[in-house]
Amino acid sequence: MNDLSNKNQTNHMKLQFASRSENEAFARVTVAAFVSQLDPTMDELTDLKTVISEAVTNSIIHGYDNNPSGVVTISAEIVGEEVTIYVSDEGNGIEDLEMARQPLYTSKPDMERSGMGFTIMENFMDEFEVNSEPGAGTTIRMKKRIESKKALYN
Amino acid sequence: MNFHVELEHQRNVLITRLKGELDHHTAELVRVQLDEAIQRGQINHVVLSLKELSFMDSSGLGVILGRYKLLKGKGGKMVVCDMNPAVRRLFELSGLFKIMNVYDSEHTALTGLEVVS
Repeated sequence: MNDLSNKNQTNHMKLQFASRSENEAFARVTVAAFVSQLDPTMDELTDLKTVISEAVTNSIIHGYDNNPSGVVTISAEIVGEEVTIYVSDEGNGIEDLEMARQPLYTSKPDMERSGMGFTIMENFMDEFEVNSEPGAGTTIRMKKRIESKKALYN
Repeated sequence: MNFHVELEHQRNVLITRLKGELDHHTAELVRVQLDEAIQRGQINHVVLSLKELSFMDSSGLGVILGRYKLLKGKGGKMVVCDMNPAVRRLFELSGLFKIMNVYDSEHTALTGLEVVS
């Protein structure tokens, strides 16, 4: 499992699926399985699952207005001990990014959204970046260094 | 997907045990089941028991906050118990900790409700 212990090793994956809420669990479990080769702690895995869930849910609800005919794309890249994850859609895009990033702000208060998605992604990851174009879609880029359990034994 | 809501009435309190993974997809089930039980009446308070909740994201925060407001509007209370550290962190980040009482176990939550009601 620890083929990537060499700092220069790289690996990557790409995943595409329909914008259906059933696929939120599929997406976070799949990304977690991919990152497992870095031997992350349970806490790190939970953080990754949570941010994937947030990003995919955003694409489904806000990008595609719950229309299941949209496509969500996740790609992930491992370089040494760092994982970079992109979650993108070709949906509505975000009109006001500053506003969207405010904690507790939601454009859909009637749907009981908590407005915490971006705040969680920013807090749980080392790097977080949003690129969005109204009418064209949104891409989230997130990066995290995996401390790795094996570091505890060295 | 692996998610289950277990409801148990104890006098005017509804103990709600969430089991499995709570996300945008499964949040709807929580909303429907709890709203139905609350609208049917005979319930003043809800104890949300999270011992077997293995995963939650911000959609979970949204549905919990929504039920909290609904109960509050009817003069009731919602309290939470038995949360794991990951769920606790989301409660802290969102400020839900400041408005909701949190207990270690169902027993202490029920005792706490009787004191305040």
